[in-house]
Amino acid sequence: MLVADRVIAGALMALSLYFMWHATVLPIGWNGTTGGPGGGGFPFWLSAIMLLASSGIFLRSFKTNARAGTFFDMSMLRPVLEVIAALVVTIALMPILGSYIAIPLFLFWYLKIFGRHGWVLTLSLVIATPIFLFFFFEVTIKILLPKGITEPLFFPLYAMFF
Amino acid sequence: MKNTLTRRVTLALAASAALLAGTTGAALAEGWKPMKPVEMVIMAGQGGGADRLARLFQSMIQKENLSNMPMLPVNKGGGSGAEALRYLKDKSGDPHVIMATLNSYYTTPLRTDIGVDIEEFTPIARMAIDTFVLWVSADSGITNLEEYVAAVKEAGKDWKMGGTGTGAEDSLVTAMLEKEFGLSMTYVPFEGGGDVAKNLVGGHVNSTVNNPSEQMGFYNAGKSVPIAAFTPERIEAFPDVPTMTELGHDLVYAMQRSFVAPPDMPEEAVAYYTEMFSKLNELPEWQKYTADEALDRDFLTGDELQQYFLTEREKHAELLSAMGESS
Amino acid sequence: MELLSHLADGFATSLSPLNLMIVLIGVTAGLFIGAMPGLGSVNGVAIVLPLTFIVPPNSAIILLAAIYYGAMYGGAVSSILLGIPGASTAVATTFDGRPMAQQGKAGLALIAAAVASFVGGTISVILFTLFAVPLADIALAFGPAEEFALVLMAFTTFVGLGGDDVLKTIVMICLGLVLSTVGLDLISGQPRLIFFDQPGFYSGISFLVLAIGVYGIGEVLYTIETSKTAPTVTAAKITMRELGHGLREMNRLWKTMSLGSFLGFFVGMLPAAGATPAALMSYGVAKSISKKGKNFGKGEIEGVAAPETANNAASTGSLLPMLTLGIPGSPTTALLLGGMVMWGLVPGPMLFIEQPDFVWGLISSLYTANLAAVLVNIALIPLFVWALRMPFTVLCSLVMVLCIVGGYAPSQKMHDVWLIAGFGVAGYLLRKADYPLAPLVLALVLGPLMEKSFRQTLIAEQGNVLAFVERPISGTFMAIAALFFVLPLIKYIRRSGKKTVAPAE
Repeated sequence: MLVADRVIAGALMALSLYFMWHATVLPIGWNGTTGGPGGGGFPFWLSAIMLLASSGIFLRSFKTNARAGTFFDMSMLRPVLEVIAALVVTIALMPILGSYIAIPLFLFWYLKIFGRHGWVLTLSLVIATPIFLFFFFEVTIKILLPKGITEPLFFPLYAMFF
Repeated sequence: MKNTLTRRVTLALAASAALLAGTTGAALAEGWKPMKPVEMVIMAGQGGGADRLARLFQSMIQKENLSNMPMLPVNKGGGSGAEALRYLKDKSGDPHVIMATLNSYYTTPLRTDIGVDIEEFTPIARMAIDTFVLWVSADSGITNLEEYVAAVKEAGKDWKMGGTGTGAEDSLVTAMLEKEFGLSMTYVPFEGGGDVAKNLVGGHVNSTVNNPSEQMGFYNAGKSVPIAAFTPERIEAFPDVPTMTELGHDLVYAMQRSFVAPPDMPEEAVAYYTEMFSKLNELPEWQKYTADEALDRDFLTGDELQQYFLTEREKHAELLSAMGESS
Repeated sequence: MELLSHLADGFATSLSPLNLMIVLIGVTAGLFIGAMPGLGSVNGVAIVLPLTFIVPPNSAIILLAAIYYGAMYGGAVSSILLGIPGASTAVATTFDGRPMAQQGKAGLALIAAAVASFVGGTISVILFTLFAVPLADIALAFGPAEEFALVLMAFTTFVGLGGDDVLKTIVMICLGLVLSTVGLDLISGQPRLIFFDQPGFYSGISFLVLAIGVYGIGEVLYTIETSKTAPTVTAAKITMRELGHGLREMNRLWKTMSLGSFLGFFVGMLPAAGATPAALMSYGVAKSISKKGKNFGKGEIEGVAAPETANNAASTGSLLPMLTLGIPGSPTTALLLGGMVMWGLVPGPMLFIEQPDFVWGLISSLYTANLAAVLVNIALIPLFVWALRMPFTVLCSLVMVLCIVGGYAPSQKMHDVWLIAGFGVAGYLLRKADYPLAPLVLALVLGPLMEKSFRQTLIAEQGNVLAFVERPISGTFMAIAALFFVLPLIKYIRRSGKKTVAPAE
């Protein structure tokens, strides 16, 4: 717990330094041309406060007595990492293979392999979800989802529904 | 999966009929037709003047069946349109994207290096030119330009001019005004034209250079007063408001409302959209709208439009460098 | 009385069979759109707007009002059931709505939200009917200095929300504020904080992306880890008895709800402020005056009712500056404004005099739509509650799909979907390390407004910082803000001797 606390506080410190560095592109003090504080002022000084506060958390962790308990429940860390990996793969596939392949694949993995559900439930959701998405998002609210290489397959559907 | 699809199709057709307008009419031009819904990228956020106009076009196209596929507006207003320009560049050759532009089409690439040269884009059609007018609130008692200049000179830096973001159109007009009359006022940037208009009437700023449509409501209620128009000729909706040119000051500035397409769009597609917009240009509703909102309906296409863009870019480069803004 | 006859005319049109059907369709569609994480009234209104040129104008207004209200009600549904606020206005609803759902009281929370929304909507429409015209002048008196003071006031009301670890709360508030500055600096017109030169950052980081990330993906990851020991949601039942019980509970809360309605209406009416600060302030005020204030955040029904009355009241209130001043307070009202202009109506002080048919038609549609929304919403509660009884892995997988698609839909950029995944993992880790997430999300919502109004004031007043306290309205707000800030601080100092308790988020 203590180590994780320190790592996260350290990461936040690094992040605030990164923000501060980015903010200095625009003036961080009084801006002579437009008047008032410059465009970098707000993000710079807030990041500075964030740096101070996270340093405080970091230093504090050395003073207090170690709290009991581990940060991760090790037996459950594996499923969490698996889900994150599946999420990343799905998002990466969306613009390439299209949402209508990537999302059913994700559902299939999650329900059948990760969740160990039966074929009936898995297949009905894998098929029903994209159909719902198509009619809800594309036909009703007119928001097109990424199609990737499957784009041409949708031309007849567009002609039918628009 | 196909079987399920056809079965569901009939179901869903009934369900979505309520929200679907029957847009199955014949297309205009022979030859190329869009095969999927056309993305209409808007170079500004939701609710601004550019957005309103783009959505008006979208609904008119749908109502009059000018296209076999719907236009789907997508706002990409980030970075004064930088995001939209980069996006359009990446869509090179795509026949299903068009973009609604305003003056940030030239100013944004001039002010920050975003790796976009507007000369590469395919011009489609210029639909209208929006005008600028100098406004004060009715409470100020100012009615003409002379009084205005005198009042600003007396107030000096205490005179607050409201407008949209620094580097945007309003600030350019303000800079022109300052230079012409040797004035120096405090420029307060706001989020959008409506916000600017309200702050004038509420007494939080002393003058603005709003588009007429933004002040129309307050003007009709007698709460704001137009001083002079930045147009070559008097605006139809305000026959009594003199132009700056008439008053002996060469101050003309306008906002264009045009459509462009990605670089290398196929010629047939360009022809399709050009024809679509020229039909749109003839619609009585559009003509009524432009008259009501004091917009100048000035249709231009093809090479002439590209020429216009390049000349305007030249002009803006000069304006910006005069302001000491260009980087 | 002239006002009543106008209203009667309006009702005559809005109660015709065709229009009643339109209301029902609109409310139901709005409810589902609002209940979808990522989608809100903006999307509903944007789709319907082009159609309004095809149907008769009266029906068009009714359809818009119905969708608008439906989506406002729907926002609470995803806040309560999934813990993902579908719109920034519904963030405060998650504070108590989510814990209630986890205790198996989802049905009760949904009833509370529906009834509260109805009360908020009704009171605000009545206020609107009576005082629309004179109130417009108050909205005009609000300049940048007043806006800043108002936002500051909204900020202080949630100082107490962050839990007991002050340092961690400060870190989260600053992080939220810094993230809110990503994109374009409005004042100088220059891009800033464009990380890794990604063009996606030009449009900034939207509230929805962060909320869907930390509350959607983050929550799913967190529950996967803890699912071994405890199930997330106790199966909820909904019966007529439950409904009766819920209505009786609500009856007790009339004080909170009427306060929330007034507060919501007035804050919503101010241009630029809108429903998010209104809901927050209502929650904060209810927490500090309620006898059960200590239980807020742990599943207190009053904590659902307070923000829900306020956000519905505020969305009615925000129609006021749009109609009378032509200033949209939210993207949705901006679209409505666009619609009005297309119908040939000029918003402004003269609208009420020149176009009474339109104005009163709209107002009576609001009454009808509000009533229809509460009925449809209550009728659908069993369906929503049923959704929660899905097996855990099924629910989680569908929630993740909704997060991905819902995150893509508003901006249609894969960039945002990646950000959602990133915020999800970060939110999961931060939550495990006891960082409060609510201040992070809220800071992102209020940040842009705060920075903008602060800098505008300093530019306009040429650096005179005293401007904030010298002006009467903003000075009053600043005083109230200071009070809100000092009170919890005193409490904290008094308590600080004792051992700190686990933070409540």
